[in-house]
Amino acid sequence: MNDIILLAHGSGGKLSHDLIQKRLLPSLANPMLNKLDDSAIFEASGHLAFTTDSYVVSPIFFPGGDIGKLAVCGTVNDLSMNGAKPLYLSLSLIVEEGFSLSELDCIVRSIKAAAEEAEVNIITGDTKVVNQGQADKLFINTSGIGVTPFGIDISGANARAGDKIILSGTIGDHGIAVMSQREELKFEVPVESDCAPLNKLVAQMLNSSPRIHCLRDPTRGGLATTLNEFAQQSNIGITIEENKIPIKEGVKAACELLGFDPVYVANEGKLVAVVEPVDADKILAQMKQNNYGRDAAIIGEVTNEHSRRVAMRTKLGHSRIVDMLSGELLPRIC
Amino acid sequence: MAKVMCLAVPVKVISIEGDEAETEIAGVRRRASIALTPEVKVGDYVLLHTGYAIGIVDEAEAKETLKLLEEIATLSEVH
Amino acid sequence: MKFIDEYQNSELARKLATRLAKSSTKPIRLMEFCGGHTHAIMRYGIRQLVPKTVEMRSGPGCPVCVTATADLDKSITMAHLPGVIITTFGDMVRIPGSYSSLQQARAEGADIRVVYSAVDAVEIAKANPKKSVIFIGIGFETTAPTIAASIIKAQKERTENFYVLSLLKSTPPVMKALLELGEVKLDGIICPGHVSVIIGSYPYEFIPRNYNISCVISGFEPLDILLCVDKLVEQIESGKPRVEIAYRRGVKPQGNKKALELMDEVFEIDGANWRGIGVVAQSGLRIKQEYEHFDADTTFQLNLKPVREPEGCRCGDILRGVATPPECKLFGKVCTPEKPIGPCMVSNEGACAAYYKYGISYE
Repeated sequence: MNDIILLAHGSGGKLSHDLIQKRLLPSLANPMLNKLDDSAIFEASGHLAFTTDSYVVSPIFFPGGDIGKLAVCGTVNDLSMNGAKPLYLSLSLIVEEGFSLSELDCIVRSIKAAAEEAEVNIITGDTKVVNQGQADKLFINTSGIGVTPFGIDISGANARAGDKIILSGTIGDHGIAVMSQREELKFEVPVESDCAPLNKLVAQMLNSSPRIHCLRDPTRGGLATTLNEFAQQSNIGITIEENKIPIKEGVKAACELLGFDPVYVANEGKLVAVVEPVDADKILAQMKQNNYGRDAAIIGEVTNEHSRRVAMRTKLGHSRIVDMLSGELLPRIC
Repeated sequence: MAKVMCLAVPVKVISIEGDEAETEIAGVRRRASIALTPEVKVGDYVLLHTGYAIGIVDEAEAKETLKLLEEIATLSEVH
Repeated sequence: MKFIDEYQNSELARKLATRLAKSSTKPIRLMEFCGGHTHAIMRYGIRQLVPKTVEMRSGPGCPVCVTATADLDKSITMAHLPGVIITTFGDMVRIPGSYSSLQQARAEGADIRVVYSAVDAVEIAKANPKKSVIFIGIGFETTAPTIAASIIKAQKERTENFYVLSLLKSTPPVMKALLELGEVKLDGIICPGHVSVIIGSYPYEFIPRNYNISCVISGFEPLDILLCVDKLVEQIESGKPRVEIAYRRGVKPQGNKKALELMDEVFEIDGANWRGIGVVAQSGLRIKQEYEHFDADTTFQLNLKPVREPEGCRCGDILRGVATPPECKLFGKVCTPEKPIGPCMVSNEGACAAYYKYGISYE
């Protein structure tokens, strides 16, 4: 009787308080959250960064992670991609009536572990419960606040001809890991989601050179979409080498089987950086020292030979256009 | 959601149970029906199309084709 | 990946391209009849590797694209029947019909599920005994035996709520129809690779015999396609058209006997309606009477409205090889993958989608 979420858990009464006190607070405890006031009060100075994201990934558990880990890493990464140091997160849960409490515990543990690794605190939150059938198990929203050091100006509009493009590691891991769990596809892969908090990697990169022009994590729409965004925002062209893009054999094979192009498959623990050419090698070396950048590689450069497009030199030596993803490749991937 | 329908990918047969086989390519595994290739043996490579093995890859011919390709390639260097 | 990587060797590809440039002395036109080839030719930039003398045109090889609007409308109408679950291969969902699409029907509440295999559709039928599960059976001879096998399996397991709407088509008859139409002069045909795994090479013999056109059966990796073009050029230059198998690791002259038996057990040959061509005699597969219990066409009574083709759409011309995608006024401007007007832009194997995605190189 007490092993599933009931509507009463979201009503604000005793069961709600129990849920927070007994299941959420113990894992996520910190002085600000422990107060359980209507809002969390904190001080911060400098350029503040603020972001929000909702997570509806299906299924909620997948090789290498779950929706909880994703919710923390995704928002931490959004802050990091502007050079901000992530400080605080909010956590909102919308739970379907009947959801297993032990699964909830599991997800809360993942949230705790991810927050600890990223060194962020969850300082405010909310829990709502809806009738069975009105939400698919669990949806999460996280909003995040960070501080950007003065002098850092990272934006998709800053790319300049001659800049080098660095990719922090293998592409397609997350999308393929999630797809492998989709009932209708029935295949097993030796691949885990790459879901990870990248704030420390970014901090190390900025330490080695503050002249990073663009940073973005290629989530939905994959590497191709992120590069196209840069090309359009900065009004320049991009050329990449297919040979230089790191990709796991298992991901390549799964993409062959399913007919997907890996440059469009989602990643949740990777970043693309556009940097000054003189700094590229130094930044790359620094990235390789970090666990999440060990497979980093320079995959291409910014050019003004063409504009607002991304071209890829293939293994065969010919050039093809890599457009933005059109249509929907994989629904509910994050 | 096989996005390219003519697609048939060469996969290795790992085990056989009745009219189904466990197949593998670069560590990716999928069950396949061998209703169209009942004579297949463990260790064979088959062409996997929408969940069915539609043919057995002839490894000897595969080698011959590669040899032929190399021969033609060397011809390109002559005159 | 074994049997894939070796056939993507770029050095060998460049050398083959050099050799082709020397051996091809006169302008020739080749046509492929397989969506997988259309896709691979664009993806690997084959047109940039073959000499200017070799022109490559796409034919009606995309199973989704050649499905007539009338048949698509039928599928959409079935989707709205009470108690019906539609199961289909992915690309069909976004193709615009006369008034709607499967995607739109799904948004309106119809139960439409994308499956990877006909077997999955049978499983869905088993799991939903009170519903009628209709599988939209598109494809050529590569897919036909798999659908036959799924019908036989459903019969063996007494899964009586499984139905197939057979829109299956056969490649050699449409090749004949196009050659008879004579709109596009061809010197050689790149014969489909996986269709030929099933049917072998004999069904193409009539082409060199009656039309003096060379035929070579090709695989799908870049070296496979270049090898096929090399053999075609050799045949055409020497004036000796015949049927040759370049994809020897997959295709035997006699095809896959078991697969052909399964097809024969469940299907019989009938006319079929091809987009852009109309009804082509003996080019389709209809479910035999012994299995009519599984035939969605004879089981479900439908009220169908008149067919409307999208205005300005040149998919028909493109499928017959009479026009290339850039020659369609709507291509890339009004008709894009986000807002497709016709199926050639929706399906991954459609000529328009392939041109749009891989782009004509800006170089």
